[in-house]
Amino acid sequence: MFLQFRHFRSIAANRAQAKRLLLGLSLGLLGLGNAHADTTLLNVSYDPTRELYAAYNPIFAEHWKKTTGETVTIKTSNGGSGSQARAVIDGLGADVVTLALAYDIEAIADKTGKIPSNWQSRLPDNSAPYTSTIVFLVRKGNPKHIRDWNDLIRKDVQIITPNPKTSGGARWNYLAAWGYELKQQLGDLAVLKDPAAKDKIAAAQEKAKEFVARIYKNTPVLDSGARGATNTFVKRGIGDVLLAWENEALLSKYKLKGDFDIVIPSISILAEPPVAVVDGNADKHGAGKVAKAYLDYLYSPAGQKLAAANYYRPQHPEFADAKDLALLPKVALFKLQDVFGTWQQVQKTHFSNGGVFDQIYLK
Amino acid sequence: MATISSTTLPGVRLPPGSSTRLKKRRLRSSSILPGLRPTLGYTLAYLCLIVLIPLSALVLKTLQLSPHQIWALLTSPRVVAAFRVSLACSLAAAIITAVLGLIVAWVLARYAFPGKRLFDALVDLPFALPTAVAGIVLTTLYAPQGWLGQWLALAGIKVAFTPLGIVVAMIFIGLPFVVRTIQPVLQELDPAMEEAAASLGAHYGHTFAKVIFPNILPALLTGFALAFARGIGEYGSVIFIAGNMPMRSEIVPLLIVTQLQQFDYSSATAIALGMLLISFTLLLIINLLQLWTRRHAGKDAKK
Repeated sequence: MFLQFRHFRSIAANRAQAKRLLLGLSLGLLGLGNAHADTTLLNVSYDPTRELYAAYNPIFAEHWKKTTGETVTIKTSNGGSGSQARAVIDGLGADVVTLALAYDIEAIADKTGKIPSNWQSRLPDNSAPYTSTIVFLVRKGNPKHIRDWNDLIRKDVQIITPNPKTSGGARWNYLAAWGYELKQQLGDLAVLKDPAAKDKIAAAQEKAKEFVARIYKNTPVLDSGARGATNTFVKRGIGDVLLAWENEALLSKYKLKGDFDIVIPSISILAEPPVAVVDGNADKHGAGKVAKAYLDYLYSPAGQKLAAANYYRPQHPEFADAKDLALLPKVALFKLQDVFGTWQQVQKTHFSNGGVFDQIYLK
Repeated sequence: MATISSTTLPGVRLPPGSSTRLKKRRLRSSSILPGLRPTLGYTLAYLCLIVLIPLSALVLKTLQLSPHQIWALLTSPRVVAAFRVSLACSLAAAIITAVLGLIVAWVLARYAFPGKRLFDALVDLPFALPTAVAGIVLTTLYAPQGWLGQWLALAGIKVAFTPLGIVVAMIFIGLPFVVRTIQPVLQELDPAMEEAAASLGAHYGHTFAKVIFPNILPALLTGFALAFARGIGEYGSVIFIAGNMPMRSEIVPLLIVTQLQQFDYSSATAIALGMLLISFTLLLIINLLQLWTRRHAGKDAKK
């Protein structure tokens, strides 16, 4: 009796599913789409995560099937972080966003209201399950002997970095250089928190501005994105040093077997590429629960291990393979909020129209 | 509505005298050709959907800024520099393209040689090629270590990552416009005119200057205007080769993308609107010039 009942239910469920599928298909054909989105998840991400999520999606789908019995299909869209955010603002139905900068997610929250303003505290570690940093890529054998940031202002060194106005990664490069010079001037970045050292800090900021300006004076090309800059450096053979995401640098060196070396500077910035559920879209698709689980699972042992295998720094290194961790050397890293404040402030001071970056070129 | 149908749209070359003919036809209640009303209605609806509504959205978005803000933005040094780069490079490129395109069209229209059809087809290639591909290919060629770039570097000429690179990219994408507007005019030119000039004792150069050139001048101006307009709006092929240095080799379209990247939609549309107005004014001037040369040529022919 019970068996029969279950049997009946499953037929009914199948029928309902078939109906839904048919409806979804026809709506999809009509371009209305998303009627059957309860089993589909769209992750809108930035460029360098291509390999990471290609590996993560099947692992999560399997995990979700095992724990809930539901089948979930995950699609990932990749592109420049800023343009991906813009696509979501303009209506791309992302259920989760995994972008390069918190600023881009804030923009979505701000302009669409589809993400609550407290999004960054909804997940551990500022909603960044993995981190990265900025390192130097130099020609094989490091012919120009580049060891640290202060080598970048030498007259005989050419630097390749994209335009911070159009590239998220380039903003990390710029801020990392700025933070280095602040540290040189102040000795300790903790001084920034000391109200008594106001004059000293102002002088150091001025020095940092000069330092960054000199770096950009040594930059012959400003590509619009990180991938373009990599091309300029690797394929066109221009420049002596490329400022790059650590995970991209390691990927090019080990997976693509590039002809260059990686130099780790004495201090760099802790880049936290954050993730968030786009509640407005996910709830509409009935995918709120699975979207949340998708991001939560990034913090699990399996997710952390995978992040490390794709050259990201995991928040929980204890779950990662030792051989992957060996490629991620210990570097002194400073946090954006400790040196520059919020992304809104950073954007306003440095990168918006008439900001410090513009001033560098107007002189 | 009437203004739309009676003005000559930029880039559309009508046969001599057709604008007046059109006016006469519109005045008559019934035309010889049927279907004016449905087709005109269709044209207007289509133009509204595809051109006018998007453009009005551009204006509306811009109006979120005060006139003072728009002016401050458009006169800021970086924006002015980008306008200078964009306009100067596309002007230079359009002039060069006009000369080169005229020669190419001349060869294709006047001479028979093996492989002519192939060359004829090659002219259209820049139309079909994704512009980003063109940009990457040109950059690879002209970079200091590229096939052409390394020889030019020996001569001390830097092409890639300088304004010169922008001009090269714009010449590449502009060439088909010039060739394809001049070529049919050259082909349809009545050989009797040249024969007459020759039989009256004119040198070939003289014949070209006095007979052929005035006839192809309107078409050449159209090709020039199209290449120029395309150059101003070009993004894909230019950003790879330009080097994109603020104040030096940054083009206006990149500046618009930059504003979008900062989620500053109204600034982006304001710059776009400024660019549109400048381009439209320039195209209008070229169109008037074209009209004038056509009338001029017409009078000459009547004499």
